[in-house]
Amino acid sequence: MSTEAHDTGGASGYIIHHLTPLSTGEGFWTVHLDTLFFSGFLGAFFLFWFHLAASRATSGVPGGLQNFAEMLVEFVDTQVKDSFHGKSALIAPLALTIFVWVFLMNFMDLLPVDLLPWLGSMMGLEYLRVVPTTDLNATFAMSISVFILIIFYSIKIKGVIGFGKELAFQPFGPWLLPFNLLLKVVEEIAKPISLGLRLFGNLYAGELIFMLIALLPWWGQWLLSFPWAVFHILIITLQAFIFMVLTIVYLSMAHEDH
Amino acid sequence: MSINATLIGQMITFMLLVWFTMKYIWPPLIDALEERKKKIAEGLAAAERGQSDMRLAEKRAQDVLKDAKSQAADIVGMAQKRASEIVEDSKGDARTEGDRLVAAAQAEIEHEVQQVKDGLRQEVSELALAAAEQILQKEVDQQVHAEMIKSVSDRLGKG
Repeated sequence: MSTEAHDTGGASGYIIHHLTPLSTGEGFWTVHLDTLFFSGFLGAFFLFWFHLAASRATSGVPGGLQNFAEMLVEFVDTQVKDSFHGKSALIAPLALTIFVWVFLMNFMDLLPVDLLPWLGSMMGLEYLRVVPTTDLNATFAMSISVFILIIFYSIKIKGVIGFGKELAFQPFGPWLLPFNLLLKVVEEIAKPISLGLRLFGNLYAGELIFMLIALLPWWGQWLLSFPWAVFHILIITLQAFIFMVLTIVYLSMAHEDH
Repeated sequence: MSINATLIGQMITFMLLVWFTMKYIWPPLIDALEERKKKIAEGLAAAERGQSDMRLAEKRAQDVLKDAKSQAADIVGMAQKRASEIVEDSKGDARTEGDRLVAAAQAEIEHEVQQVKDGLRQEVSELALAAAEQILQKEVDQQVHAEMIKSVSDRLGKG
């Protein structure tokens, strides 16, 4: 964690440098290569190990890897069964993917803040932001996907008319239709926004504090970075868990017919 | 912090991850879990059954043992009865045999006594005849008096 390596404009320059993604393209068509690369890499990491465990899965005595995978599967399955009382082949795997993927992306936060950017700079990459969940695009990609699923299931279960009725006539009855509609639309829109912003905000703030700690003299950093990292182990797991549980809850709400 | 095309890329990545998990990861793992649960339940049931079987077998073994014991006692009792019967039978046999022997001996004795008596009677009649000869100083005609002597000796024999 050397602070000397980035002296382009002192402390704020260091932080801005760290928060600038490696990007290409112009305007809307800008693409954050680091976000895409790390999230894709971690997703592949997740799929690789879990697929290995799944392909070797036996009902006999499980090995260490299978045991670990089963532990997570059972954990997610319990969460799904607790809040979702329907039958769906999608929700449980979706919840597992969200939990593990978000956890892995959050976990990048615990790597020393300068390690990967330093390696990147040796490979000629000027900017490198290693935690994909500090990118709004990554968190909103998930929350918007979940939102699409919410709308899809609402219409699939209740029908277009049923869903429309729910939007128009609840909670105050048909006489306050515009008000109902406004309230419901805000309620629905708030779901993906809160989901995406919560994860982003937590991780962005966490990463920012790691950067601030990295600005301290080297002999004092561990005093703050160690407790913050320990605390962050809780935060990253909790945020992954919250994202997963809220996804399940939102989807089960979409399945419920009033 | 701008929303841009990265969002689309991330959504595609996310959908691929979910699809892959749904298709290749979740089903085998959850199946394995379910199957293990079933296996464990079956194993527990089998253990339960085995225990109850064992309890039954133990009970049956005890019954058989009890039967065998009572049968053995019966057999021993019968054998004792039979043995005492045999002893009684032999005692009876021995008694009759003894009686028979005694009777035979007595018959023998009587026979001997008769013989001795007959001999004595003969001798007495001869002696009487000799004495009578001497008394009469003349020879008694054996042929003539045989009848008389016989009747006398018969009377002696009866006496």
